[in-house]
Amino acid sequence: MKILVGIKRVVDYNVRVRVLPNGSGVDTDGVKMSVNPFDEIALEEALRLREAGKANEVIVVSIGSEDCQQQLRTGLAMGADRAIQVNATGAVQPLAAARALLKIIEREQPGLVLLGKQAIDDDNNQTGQMLAGLWGRPQATFASKLDVDGDKATVIREVDAGLETIGIDLPAVVTVDLRLNEPRFVKLPDIMKAKKKPLDVLQLAELGVDNGPQFSVEKYNPPPQRQKGIMVESAEQLVQELKNRGLV
Amino acid sequence: MSKILIIAEHDGKALNLSTAKCVSCAKAIGGEIHIAVLGKAVDAVAAQAATLAQVSKVIAVSADHLEHALAENWAPEIVALAGGYTHLLGPSTTFGKDLTPRIAALLGVNQLSDVMEVINAQTFRRPIYAGNAIIDVRVPEGSITVATVRSASWQAAEAGGSATVENRAAAGAASGHTRWISLASGGGDRPDLQSASKVVSGGRALGSAENFAIIYSLADKIGAAVGASRAAVDAGYVPNDMQVGQTGKIISPDLYLAFGISGAIQHLTGIKDAGTIVAVNKDGEAPIFEIADIGLVGDLFTIVPELDRLLG
Repeated sequence: MKILVGIKRVVDYNVRVRVLPNGSGVDTDGVKMSVNPFDEIALEEALRLREAGKANEVIVVSIGSEDCQQQLRTGLAMGADRAIQVNATGAVQPLAAARALLKIIEREQPGLVLLGKQAIDDDNNQTGQMLAGLWGRPQATFASKLDVDGDKATVIREVDAGLETIGIDLPAVVTVDLRLNEPRFVKLPDIMKAKKKPLDVLQLAELGVDNGPQFSVEKYNPPPQRQKGIMVESAEQLVQELKNRGLV
Repeated sequence: MSKILIIAEHDGKALNLSTAKCVSCAKAIGGEIHIAVLGKAVDAVAAQAATLAQVSKVIAVSADHLEHALAENWAPEIVALAGGYTHLLGPSTTFGKDLTPRIAALLGVNQLSDVMEVINAQTFRRPIYAGNAIIDVRVPEGSITVATVRSASWQAAEAGGSATVENRAAAGAASGHTRWISLASGGGDRPDLQSASKVVSGGRALGSAENFAIIYSLADKIGAAVGASRAAVDAGYVPNDMQVGQTGKIISPDLYLAFGISGAIQHLTGIKDAGTIVAVNKDGEAPIFEIADIGLVGDLFTIVPELDRLLG
């Protein structure tokens, strides 16, 4: 079985993003870029399935400018067998991303598609669900445990009410949550080896992906700031303060 | 004029509060408001939905294969109902996050996630980068607006309405490829974390599942729900459904009490809309103090029992 893993290049999760003063975007100048952390977990899960003999090939795919080849190389260094960059300029919105991934699915015929549940830049949490819908296949979102058994899988999902278990037939889309696994660290020799692994480049336009209808962002606003609070010295003072404010 | 369809979230017995919050968002858009209630036998929930103010119609679809909210079964039903609507809203809970994008894709449109404010019927405000930026997004003319509504940004709409309930047959059948198996719920008798007016939260500093007992005790004393930081959930002190933050629950209680939580950006994202934030932490430099309304530097293992006693 082939596993397809989608990875997105995003601003590193440790960076505190700032809105540009003119409201035209966020400041990404010289900011550290990384693989979206949820996608790293998706890739780790794919690699573990291959290591357990349940898959024989792991392909990483990213949609974006040439820069995202860096993140694909990181994926290859983690252990993916090959990479595909779908070259696209400008922002790719989730529907277009899902349509592009469906084209890759048609070419590669994977048994399983693993994605992060959301990208930490746009926080959309959509692409996996859209892909599964367009593909007409199961979607197991927010996965914290995945058991693959032949052409079926059992997935535990982290939902608001607790942990939900569902059974799905493969092929399917699984989007992963934080507690599924802890991704491995990349070692230097792996980075060298990754340079020799195949990385194919496809053009988004040539895949026949319809980009519309697109949302337009009119303005970026800084978040509202909370007023600076007060410090108290003891539990008694804290209780008094809460009582004064009518909160307890 | 806008015509808005809201997808009801419920557990088979009662509406989730998130639905009434979607109604408030729909009111801000303005127009005719309908609610779709899907499930196995939805009469009672549909009747409850019909009491929400300003809702003019409830569409009830009962079928065995709709018992659990599997997006594979639900999305085609909503698509079958969507004709003629200008807006389709679902809650930004795990229910809505799972279902709504699948519907949007089937309708051939993008989705707005986590709407926090309506600027006009085509333009909406939503957070990105864990709330570190807020964007104004415009939906192109002529296409249906599909959106999830960020619960923490909206008050629940009140009752007092009397909508008509229209029963419809399911349009499709079970997908055949996705099966619901079980739900393990971590919750007990305490107030629901997402709708509670008071929340007491603990972090990694609690040190163990057993030590969380002091947090539960204080919460029970003041009638609060219990939450936790990601670190405390990862460490196995509490179940996942108690996690507050960017990837957990985004909450907006009147009072949030954080004990032993340092305040990672991802956690602060989940509590920014709280009325009053109280932080107790040993480390006076902890980032949580930057957004706390009332801070106290000290050992939670002495302060929590003291609060418990003083509030008794």
